[in-house]
Amino acid sequence: MLVLVEQSLNGLQFGLLLFLLAAGLTLVFGIMDFVNLAHGSLYMMGAYFAATFVAWTGSFVLGALLALGATLLLGMALEFIALRHLYGRDHLDQVLATFGLILFFNDAVRLIWGPAGLALPLPAWLTVPVQIIPGVYYPAYRLSIIVAALAVAALLYVVVMRTRLGMLIRAGASNREMIGALGINIKLLFTLVFGLGAALAGLAGLMQAPILTVQIGMGENILILAFVIIVIGGIGSIRGAFLAAIFVGMIDTLGRAFLPDLLRKVLSGAAASTAAPALSSMLIYLLMAIVLVVRPEGLFPAARR
Amino acid sequence: MVDSLADPLLRVEKLVRRFGGITATDNLSLDVMSGELHAIIGPNGAGKTTLISQLTGQLAPNSGTIHFAGRDVTRQPAYRRSRLGLARSFQITSLLPDFSAIDNVAIAAQAHDGHSFRFWGNARKEIHLRDAARSALTRVGLEARADVPVSELSHGEQRELELAVALATKPQLLLLDEPMAGLGVTESARMVALLKELRREVTIVLVEHDMEAVFALADRITVLVYGRVIACDVPDAIRNNEEVKRAYLGDQHVVVAHV
Amino acid sequence: MTFPITPRNIVAALVVAGLLLLPLYSQLTGNIFILTLFTRIVIFALAASSLNLIMGYGGMMSFGHAAYLGIGGYAVGILAFEGIGSGFIQWPVALAVSALFALVIGALSLRTRGVYFIMITLAFAQMAYYIVSGMSRYGGDDGLTIYKRSNFGGLINLSNRVQFYYLCLGCLFGGLYLIWRIINSRFGLVVQGVRSNEQRMQAIGFHANRYRLVCFVIAGTICGLSGALLANNTDFVSPAVMYWTRSGDLMVMVILGGMGSLFGPVIGAIVYLVLEELLSQFTEYWAMIMGPLLLLIVLFARGGIMGLLGRLRLG
Repeated sequence: MLVLVEQSLNGLQFGLLLFLLAAGLTLVFGIMDFVNLAHGSLYMMGAYFAATFVAWTGSFVLGALLALGATLLLGMALEFIALRHLYGRDHLDQVLATFGLILFFNDAVRLIWGPAGLALPLPAWLTVPVQIIPGVYYPAYRLSIIVAALAVAALLYVVVMRTRLGMLIRAGASNREMIGALGINIKLLFTLVFGLGAALAGLAGLMQAPILTVQIGMGENILILAFVIIVIGGIGSIRGAFLAAIFVGMIDTLGRAFLPDLLRKVLSGAAASTAAPALSSMLIYLLMAIVLVVRPEGLFPAARR
Repeated sequence: MVDSLADPLLRVEKLVRRFGGITATDNLSLDVMSGELHAIIGPNGAGKTTLISQLTGQLAPNSGTIHFAGRDVTRQPAYRRSRLGLARSFQITSLLPDFSAIDNVAIAAQAHDGHSFRFWGNARKEIHLRDAARSALTRVGLEARADVPVSELSHGEQRELELAVALATKPQLLLLDEPMAGLGVTESARMVALLKELRREVTIVLVEHDMEAVFALADRITVLVYGRVIACDVPDAIRNNEEVKRAYLGDQHVVVAHV
Repeated sequence: MTFPITPRNIVAALVVAGLLLLPLYSQLTGNIFILTLFTRIVIFALAASSLNLIMGYGGMMSFGHAAYLGIGGYAVGILAFEGIGSGFIQWPVALAVSALFALVIGALSLRTRGVYFIMITLAFAQMAYYIVSGMSRYGGDDGLTIYKRSNFGGLINLSNRVQFYYLCLGCLFGGLYLIWRIINSRFGLVVQGVRSNEQRMQAIGFHANRYRLVCFVIAGTICGLSGALLANNTDFVSPAVMYWTRSGDLMVMVILGGMGSLFGPVIGAIVYLVLEELLSQFTEYWAMIMGPLLLLIVLFARGGIMGLLGRLRLG
């Protein structure tokens, strides 16, 4: 029971991280009609920036904030220099160009930080276990991830649904010409949205960094998961991404935690512990396949065009 | 043939199609007799294209039935209706832009000549397909432009090619969705002349905004307003129908009143 | 059939001649490395050509094509591991399993279009990747060493470098010929028509997805053959061959060479892999050059190398 609560919280926490990543991806796709494979690289850069800045400043919070700003700027610069020329192009062109960026970022990181991974140590006040319900303790840091990610999700919702910027974003998604005709600087808007997406990816990366090692290619597996999420949730839909992310995070985490035990009842111990991660990863894809068969446009297709 | 005079070639009964709160096709019934040219007119937003899409199978109705040549085709997909002899042209020219004019027509002929799971022989060397395509091109007057890529044809030529493609499927019924759209005066006149020829060989349902053409060509005219049939009669009767006049008042096509 | 003398055809002819004569050059100069490199290139050229069939002619942007490299490879590796060394069994199994996988994921993926299709094929390939990673009996993550190459009796000896190279080259040319016949056949025209305008093809009487699916299966099967060749070439197969970046590599080869041109992917594979080889000799961080290069190619060289050659005029 205790394990179940803890693993469910882990699943929620992982799902929320996935949401931060998927939200950026789906925003950029929904608004600019742009497929960004390099989104996972921005996640990786967020983690590397954080590891570096925390080491420099000696403060976790300050380092994290600096890293967030750095990823935002990096995203905007990337958009300004290269990616804005790919709007309106074939999705395939965008996939290839951003695939090139992944190659670039992986080697650039290897050149700058070296091939070995980095560790991002937590300050003491974040490592203590917190009693969440009587008798159940949960690491403070993981708890703070849940709180921070929920706060960002709420903020994102308010920004997109309630503010002028959000209105522009939603208008841009459904009617590009109209927004141009209103005399709004659409180029600037796109750069900002891209930067926002990058910052969300960076935030996910830097929050995940203390739990896993910061290493090259860390963004690739999780990027595929983010793709699965936006396909399940419906491309362009923030709400769909949120629900699908929680769902996928739960299945992945609970599968990894409990499948080995379940499998051990039918298989030998060694076979079960190797088959379980593969099986729990497969569960997600199976889920996606089912969703696509039933609803090819995803569960919550954004109403547009 | 006696049968075909008695039974309509196309029978639409109580067709309903809703989009959210809007009823684009509202309990619509319609008969098209074999051999006639039946025009469908109506102000913008009357649901003409929605109707055509349901007739061809691109869009499923919410309720109602469509019978074609005595068969219930309501739930049949587009490619099957085409096999039964129902051909359409698109409102916005919709050809295969990467193909030459003759390839566009030949592939339509191919669709109605056995199956296409043939992986080895060169399809462009199948003489009977090429001949069928060439004769369809000749009927619309494009024989000299056979090898020109579609992207290099003029707008008028593309509309004629649309017609040739439809003809190459040897249809019993031709659904033409605004064949005159975007054509100049001389091109329009050519299209009207062409349709006059074709109507002798094939049943035609014509959706068109060009009232002059409609009244010159149609045997019968159905008038749609808000997805409903408000009148269905011979051109002269439609011209003098009060309800039709009212429906068109304020619309750009007040022409109806004094054509 | 006639081939007009155009820059594209001249380059294609030169490449064919070069590939045919390569073992001779390697023999004369004693440069064994170049034969090894080009054996790999020829195998990837076949895989890229199969991807070109669905991407260039069929308009299906599959981002999971490397899955078949792994499936073909594992079919050979697992059978060899279980003591079945005959190529007459291994290879047909490799092709059949690839075809079956393509049939299943194709039937599911083809319900979607556009970017959904790109992502869905990517995800299914990742699923296959996790399956083989989980097969602990066959090495799991670490991969599976193949101690004996496929045995074709006295017919051909795969352990002989030159014989193996020509076998790969024969498969490549055979595959290209097959694709060439297909794209000019009735079936090929329908597939290209569906790429061009699906709605129109439905309206004139074609069940578009049926043709798409068959095309998808043919391409997967051809790529399964390259997988069988690749496993024999490296004497080893691991989940890494089906990782999604491998699928990306194949896509890059197709685009670089020229999507929708028969010979483009061959040129693309040669240029990409030779460039990778040269850059990696020059610097350890070759991808830092390759990545931006890709971006530039996408931005400025549409239609790839064959596209550029097509725009050249002789004289």
